[in-house]
Amino acid sequence: MTLRVNDLKVYYQTLRGDVHALDGVTFDLADGEIMGLAGESGCGKTTLGKSLIRLDSRMRHVGGTVELDGKDVPVGDDEAMVPFRYHEISLIPQYAMSALNPTRKIGRMVNELLRARGVRPADIADELKRRLELVGLDPDVLDRFPIELSGGMKQRVVMVISTLLNPSLLIADEVTSALDVSTQRAVAESLVEFRDREYVKSMIFVTHDISLVYQMADTIMVMYAGHIVEKASAKTVINEPRHPYTQMLIGALPEVGSTTVQGRLEGIPGTPPGLLDPPTGCRFKDRCPLAFDKCSERPPLVEIEPGHWAACWKTG
Amino acid sequence: MWRYIGRKLFVYLLTFIVAVTINWMIPRFMPGDPVRSMLSRASVGDPEALERMTNYYNEVFGLDQPLHQQYLSFWSGLFKGDLGISTMLYPQPVLDIILRAVPYTLGLLIPAILLSWIIGNRFGAFAARSKVLDNTVLPVGYILTATPYMWLALLLAWSLGIVAGVFPVAGGYSYSLRPDFSWMFISSLLTHWFLPFLSLFIVALGGWAIGMRNMIIYELEADYANYLQALGAPRRLVRRYAFRNAMLPQITGLAVQLGTIIAGALLTEIVFNYPGLGTLILNSLNSRDFFLLQGIFLFVVVGVLIANFIIDIVYVLIDPRTRVQMTGGSS
Amino acid sequence: MTNVAGAPGTADAAGAPEPAGERKGSETLHFARRNPKLLIGLGIVLVFLLIGVIGPFFVSDSPNDYVGPKSRPPNGEYWLGTNTFGQDIWAQFVYGVRATFLIGVFGGGVAFLIGTAVGFVAGYKGGIIDEILNMLTNVVLVLPALVVLIVAIAYLDVRGLFVQGVFIGLTTWPWAARAVRSQALSLATRDYVDLARLSGRRTWKIITTEIAPNMSSYLVMSFILLFGGAVLTAAGLDFIGLGPSNGVSLGLMLESAVKWSALQLGMWWWFIPPGLGITVIVGSLYILNVGLDEVFNPKLREL
Repeated sequence: MTLRVNDLKVYYQTLRGDVHALDGVTFDLADGEIMGLAGESGCGKTTLGKSLIRLDSRMRHVGGTVELDGKDVPVGDDEAMVPFRYHEISLIPQYAMSALNPTRKIGRMVNELLRARGVRPADIADELKRRLELVGLDPDVLDRFPIELSGGMKQRVVMVISTLLNPSLLIADEVTSALDVSTQRAVAESLVEFRDREYVKSMIFVTHDISLVYQMADTIMVMYAGHIVEKASAKTVINEPRHPYTQMLIGALPEVGSTTVQGRLEGIPGTPPGLLDPPTGCRFKDRCPLAFDKCSERPPLVEIEPGHWAACWKTG
Repeated sequence: MWRYIGRKLFVYLLTFIVAVTINWMIPRFMPGDPVRSMLSRASVGDPEALERMTNYYNEVFGLDQPLHQQYLSFWSGLFKGDLGISTMLYPQPVLDIILRAVPYTLGLLIPAILLSWIIGNRFGAFAARSKVLDNTVLPVGYILTATPYMWLALLLAWSLGIVAGVFPVAGGYSYSLRPDFSWMFISSLLTHWFLPFLSLFIVALGGWAIGMRNMIIYELEADYANYLQALGAPRRLVRRYAFRNAMLPQITGLAVQLGTIIAGALLTEIVFNYPGLGTLILNSLNSRDFFLLQGIFLFVVVGVLIANFIIDIVYVLIDPRTRVQMTGGSS
Repeated sequence: MTNVAGAPGTADAAGAPEPAGERKGSETLHFARRNPKLLIGLGIVLVFLLIGVIGPFFVSDSPNDYVGPKSRPPNGEYWLGTNTFGQDIWAQFVYGVRATFLIGVFGGGVAFLIGTAVGFVAGYKGGIIDEILNMLTNVVLVLPALVVLIVAIAYLDVRGLFVQGVFIGLTTWPWAARAVRSQALSLATRDYVDLARLSGRRTWKIITTEIAPNMSSYLVMSFILLFGGAVLTAAGLDFIGLGPSNGVSLGLMLESAVKWSALQLGMWWWFIPPGLGITVIVGSLYILNVGLDEVFNPKLREL
């Protein structure tokens, strides 16, 4: 097991109280697994991604544990997290286009970052060049300023920088949403290749684009309102989802694999519950066509068949 | 990017023309016929001199000529370096009087601006480090920018000059000395320089500290700072980047603040009776020497324009983004 | 929309039952009540405003009359002492505070009107009009305001507070125009502005009903800064001797103190109060402004 997350709770502090953005999340990630993390915006998927590497100033670790390669990851302790960052856990941020310091040449910035993390830049220079070439960039980009690169180039540079120390876990947060369709695919393919070459051991790919995730991910985990509702192999989630929310989410999509959107998506009626004072029990029950009395208790995430987990009283 | 510089130059040229035109228009179009009232009140005792001056005015203003003629001859006089003759120190040319005062003003301004900028930036960046520091540096900085230059000058002159008696409070050097290169004269020059410099420096410091603090807080929230921190980069590295990036808008700020600081220098000089342009302005106002006043005005405007242009060039050279665009870059 | 960075949707949904506008208003008030910078700044400004508005009614001495003994330090009868001529410094101070607020409102007001008008039109209209106004703004921005004012005002034989205010306004508007322009530029491309434009409403109507209200907090802060700038500029002019003829102001008090050697005579009570008055009024306004910024700008709010 690479990553083991157990009952993780992370709340946002706001004026009106705590927003339960991540409310008891439990899952495992195997060696070499690329897991797509899907759900509507505000479901907690970005919060989960951030929790595993660096909490925002307003996020608070309330409970639960994270274990990586058998070591305890102190997600709530900013200082103690430093040794894990970059070396063990790395991130390709949502804002990759603006992630590079605009007034430093890229190569110099990388060297300064490496030195600050206790790595001699000279030891890794050749590898850096090799990997830049792998994603189709001329190593000359290291002598350029970020402003001289196109958006797609910056995206690829950030991918290479983030994975340079061969982290155990890579969190890719909405990395494709700012790109056009053909670039999206290239980025996704590069990430798969990074895994195949063992630049990264396992990966969490946060996205709202389920069809893209289907093409590249081994497994898909679906979240709803701070809870995990279902996790299974990509094929299973797309073709035989068991949780009613996943079924409606997949049903709302255009045919998987097609890249054109025909007409309007059939939305799911209703809105997700507020997480400031979340309802007890199943969080989907107000929108769920199958809801019954038992749903006022929180359904546990159980393995309904090998490798297929779901949190619903009807599937258990 | 050469277009950028060209554009700037055009604005400066335009500003110069506007300034000269203002200078030409004011004595002619202000209500109450200022030229005549200036003549009648010019404080020249000697009747013969008054006679000559009256002729001189008539000649210079050429009031019998059509307006466009007056305007053109005004410009041609300007290009010959002719700013007129002072009435206060008749018959000295205005240009000579100004050139004697300029070194004193520059001697105050340049060190005060540069030092306050450098130290203020460090201070502001330092303030952004912690809540406690921020909550003390910020109000102090705002109070300093709200302080009238002449008032701080008065406070310093009173406390360090009159009460403590450490520094002289009037003049550019001791009245008992004649300007030469002796050690005594230079030390007298320096002790007279110190208080006006200090008060200018302190007021300007507050503004830079606040500007830097606001910029650096913005930079520390920027995406690149978040990315570096997510990768475990130490605060030190992130702060260094933020500081560097926050410096760039502060350079532009230098150009924007220039007018205010110059005004401050002029007011400070008056308090200390320091022999620079500020004191000269006061004297020319008191003796209603408008040629001198207008000459000083043109001089200050030209100085500001030159300084602005220097700042533009420095900015282009320092910011890699504009530099890259200027050399053509790639992609 | 949402006040929780990074948690879109959650907070919105949480407050769904309340109407959005009301929620935003009460939230602003909530932050305003707990912002020490805003409260302290506002408190001090109000105290001085009170001194300036009602103070003169409680001062029996006319500020420029020679009412008392000469050169007295502060005492029970003359709270701030008297100057070389026997004028009551407290009386001058009270009237001076009033003049300070007046010049701030006049000078700052004129600059605000010009600056916002130029900024809105440039930002909203764009194109050649923007180009021309931008050029004009840059030209006036580069000119050193105080020096221009000195030359212009020197020729006036009779000077008043109002004229001084207008002149200050005419020379200090450019940065406000720039700031408003960049804000208006971003607002002018919003959907609701497009809608208004498509429905054929007049430019000034769109600016006043659609754009300006959406940056009202920004405008308030700009006005405060212009107000402070006008006060400081006026004090400089007064100090050089270009203040209102026969008027009373804090700057004129400083001028006469220097002119009549208060420094050499050690009469600190003559020059400390006026400068302190200006510093505290303008400084409090600036700190109040920082407080306002923190209240209106969700990014700067602290929990």
